[in-house]
Amino acid sequence: MGRTTAFVLVAVGVLVTGCLGGTTVEDPARNADAKDVTLTIVANAVSGGKNARGADWIANWVIPRFTEAQKAKGVTMAVRFEQSGTADEAFKTKVALDFKTGGGGDVVELDGIWLGEFAQAGQVKPLDDVVGKADVDAWDGWKQIPEAVQGLGRFEGKRYGVPMGTDGRVLYYNKKLFAQAGLPADWQPRSWDELLSAAAALKALPGVTPLQLNAGTAMGEATSMQGVLPALVGTGKPVHEDGKWQGATSGVKDVLGLYQRIYRDGLGDPVLQQEANGRDRSFRLFAEDKIGILLEGDYFWRSVVEPKNGVAKMADRDAAVGWALMPAQRPGAGVGGQDFVSMSGGGVRVVNPNSRFPKQAWEFMRFLNSAEAVKASLAGTAQITQRGDVNDEVLAGDPMLSFVADKVLPITRYRPGLADYPKVSAALQQATADVVAGKSPDDAAKAYQDALVKAVGEGSVATG
Amino acid sequence: MAGLGVARAVGFVAPALLLVGVFLVFPALWTLYIGVTDYQLTGPAAAAPSAVGLDNFAAVLDDALFTNSLWLTALFVLGSAVVGQNALGFALAWLLRRVRPWLRRTTEGLVLLAWILPGPVVAYLWFAVLSRDGGTLGLLLDDPTTAWLVQYPMVSLVVFNVWRGTAFSMLLYTSALAAVPPSQLETARLVGANGWQAVRDVVFPHIRGHVLTNTLLISLWTANDFTPFLLTAGGPNHESEVLPVLIYRQALEGGRLGYASAMSSLLLVGNLVVALVYLRLLRRRA
Amino acid sequence: MTPAWVVRRIGLYVLVAVVLAFFAVPVLWLASAPFDARPGLGLRWPDWTFANVATTFRHPYAVTSLVNSVLLCVVATAVTTVSAALAAYSLSRVRIPGRDALLYLLLLLSSVVTGTAAMVPIFVLMLQLGLIDSRFGTALVIAGGMLPAAIFILKDFVDSVPRSYEESARVFGASPGQVLGHVVLPVARPGVATILVWSFVNAWGNFLLPFLLLRDVGKQPAAVLLRTLQDEGGSADLAVIPVFSLLYSIPVVVLYLFVSKRYGFRFHGGIKS
Repeated sequence: MGRTTAFVLVAVGVLVTGCLGGTTVEDPARNADAKDVTLTIVANAVSGGKNARGADWIANWVIPRFTEAQKAKGVTMAVRFEQSGTADEAFKTKVALDFKTGGGGDVVELDGIWLGEFAQAGQVKPLDDVVGKADVDAWDGWKQIPEAVQGLGRFEGKRYGVPMGTDGRVLYYNKKLFAQAGLPADWQPRSWDELLSAAAALKALPGVTPLQLNAGTAMGEATSMQGVLPALVGTGKPVHEDGKWQGATSGVKDVLGLYQRIYRDGLGDPVLQQEANGRDRSFRLFAEDKIGILLEGDYFWRSVVEPKNGVAKMADRDAAVGWALMPAQRPGAGVGGQDFVSMSGGGVRVVNPNSRFPKQAWEFMRFLNSAEAVKASLAGTAQITQRGDVNDEVLAGDPMLSFVADKVLPITRYRPGLADYPKVSAALQQATADVVAGKSPDDAAKAYQDALVKAVGEGSVATG
Repeated sequence: MAGLGVARAVGFVAPALLLVGVFLVFPALWTLYIGVTDYQLTGPAAAAPSAVGLDNFAAVLDDALFTNSLWLTALFVLGSAVVGQNALGFALAWLLRRVRPWLRRTTEGLVLLAWILPGPVVAYLWFAVLSRDGGTLGLLLDDPTTAWLVQYPMVSLVVFNVWRGTAFSMLLYTSALAAVPPSQLETARLVGANGWQAVRDVVFPHIRGHVLTNTLLISLWTANDFTPFLLTAGGPNHESEVLPVLIYRQALEGGRLGYASAMSSLLLVGNLVVALVYLRLLRRRA
Repeated sequence: MTPAWVVRRIGLYVLVAVVLAFFAVPVLWLASAPFDARPGLGLRWPDWTFANVATTFRHPYAVTSLVNSVLLCVVATAVTTVSAALAAYSLSRVRIPGRDALLYLLLLLSSVVTGTAAMVPIFVLMLQLGLIDSRFGTALVIAGGMLPAAIFILKDFVDSVPRSYEESARVFGASPGQVLGHVVLPVARPGVATILVWSFVNAWGNFLLPFLLLRDVGKQPAAVLLRTLQDEGGSADLAVIPVFSLLYSIPVVVLYLFVSKRYGFRFHGGIKS
């Protein structure tokens, strides 16, 4: 019995792993003329919970209008919306299981940073292969999406999906605290030293944490996006260049040195960086005038300290909150010789290669990204979208978001969408955690180097 | 066959056996098989997983994170289950025999409440106790600045798990104590034995089997308990990353299923060792 | 009433009071936060309001998810209790070599399957069986994971039922089914009740399996929904979470109170090994 079971098991295992390994691309024109079509859209959004606005938009605006338009063309269209709304990693697992087993939604919303992993696994294919190059090129929407933003949906030079919008990171500062500390209201540091000296001035104020730079593993990717990576591009090199990840390079050591100066000299609160809900706490403390400077995305402005509906409302946001570009280590020392730097991210929608109706899915995708739909998705709020024409219209009244669109997006960088990136990011987070916990930058960099070599292999790590 | 008949006996076992076979044995063995592959959810290894033999196991045993979490798991099981739940459960069962019925019922009710509340809710309850500002413990100790889950993560988890799981031990020992002949306790009292001596010389020999079974079950449950993830997510800096949390993070956050499966297998081996030790002790008694 | 006796008595009550406080204090949050105008993760005297309750009931999936939880758990519990009772009786009365070893092995395997590493096998299995998005199928998986422990515990209860009861019933011509139903089960009732509550509680808190196996948000149970309760900014939605936690806790408490009142909830004679 034991042997039979083992045999059956191995047989099934081999069979399944064999079947699930790769999917072959079928004819993009399959079922193109179907009159009875069912499409499923999968998103990490749920009505009444995470990304509720996006979920309600899909359910109440997109689906009714799209099915209506299809009906006019004589197509009976049913669109199912599979809502999720949990932690990103759990959602990713679910989507990966779907893709692996040949199922999943026809249109799937992913974090742009996962694209490479899915592409390398063969679970997501270039749009040209899935829906046909002619159809993809024919879409007039591409013209409206800035080149930098389109990069979110690309992997190894190929278009895999359509970006859903983007963001940018800046330094937010509390003008009230700045006034008390004798700092200018229109502040713009030009180097890390200037940033730290402002923080040192804020330290004189009782009960105020001068500068909180995300660190540690508890915050996960927030540490990378609002901490390590913006600092790293400020040293002149992005985390991945010429096929290699930065190991214990001088740039990484400098970044860890910056962390040391912040957290060892009492400019930041190290305990907060280790708490499970530390980021929420940093939001609240900023809103309560207890944090002087915080590096955050534009999301902080429109959803966190937003006076009416924010998570940590600041009634006097417009008067009290200032913003400045993140400086490079020294003027001109940033990536590409820049004086100022930023990092961006965003979501991407892809068409599932397993879709029974790739043409219709692409049509649905074009509808989702039409100017009208994108504007409706904002539900009257201002936010940076993927479309330039929509941005020009909706951001006009908001100086902060216009600033991001005009000043930050041109200098920003995106993370490399490679399968190894999450491991590298985790190792970087660990290195900052080590520094916050008291290790020297050199020791932390060495441990980081070892972890990196183990994770991605010696040949992919740059040193020096 | 005590009148049951083979056919009927098999018939009675069949539904359970079928369910266990399909939904438990099959996926469990498959998981063990995945443990010898480099299976990943995404990335290049997802496209073509291959068998890597015992490489995963070698890598796991060489992984400082694994050693760290093995040690933490042992600490967690020893502190919260073997010592904590066992001792408190027995103490409650012993003490509550002699208090007024309403008080006994209230106490038992509360202890049981801690056991039956759903895990996610319990996590919120303990956030409210241990959080930094406004947390109940901070208020009680007049120390609002200590972030207990960050500064003392393992102690917090141990105390939490004692709170969470004592009910089972209490119930079990209550029934076990009911089976101790009162006449023997009375005799012990007459010869002048104090409470502790009575427990050691009269009660313990009677309930030895219960102690062992209880210890086995709560140890296994604690070793495989996932609730610590909800409280600390293994943090800060892996200081409370017990094995189930490590496996979860490797599987879900890292997508490294082969590696995580190898860890699961090792956890299984650990469970097996505990169970064998227990069986051995039990047999020695018999 | 010697002084020593009084001191011991006082000591006993102080001890019980401390334990009582230890177990009671964390639960207080469930009584205060749901009705607080500014609920937080911390205990304080609330600014009383029912607005949170109203907000929670307006949540599109709050009530559905609780109904789903009940469905899922009733099925899982019924399947577990019935098949575990049958199996435990049979295993208790029949001598099979290696029976105990088999039980232990299953108990150990159950810890693997409840872990995350098994999610791919379980997912693929359910996909092949066509049971993705089926609450019934998900309930079966949950039941499968709980069965070994349930059988293990129940078998001890059944072991403690004196055989003489059954033999006398058989003398009067009762069939094995009748013996089980009318003699063994009534005696082992507290055991069955315990397993009933235990399995319900376990299934009630299960997150990962329903999350992976149920795709339609309208079919997902409360354990999954509780993890999606975030506001627009992605932080925990503290207006809904406390009330929802309370609602989510009520069924298990009610079940326990009902079962313990009606059937007793003790390990009578209990687990001996």
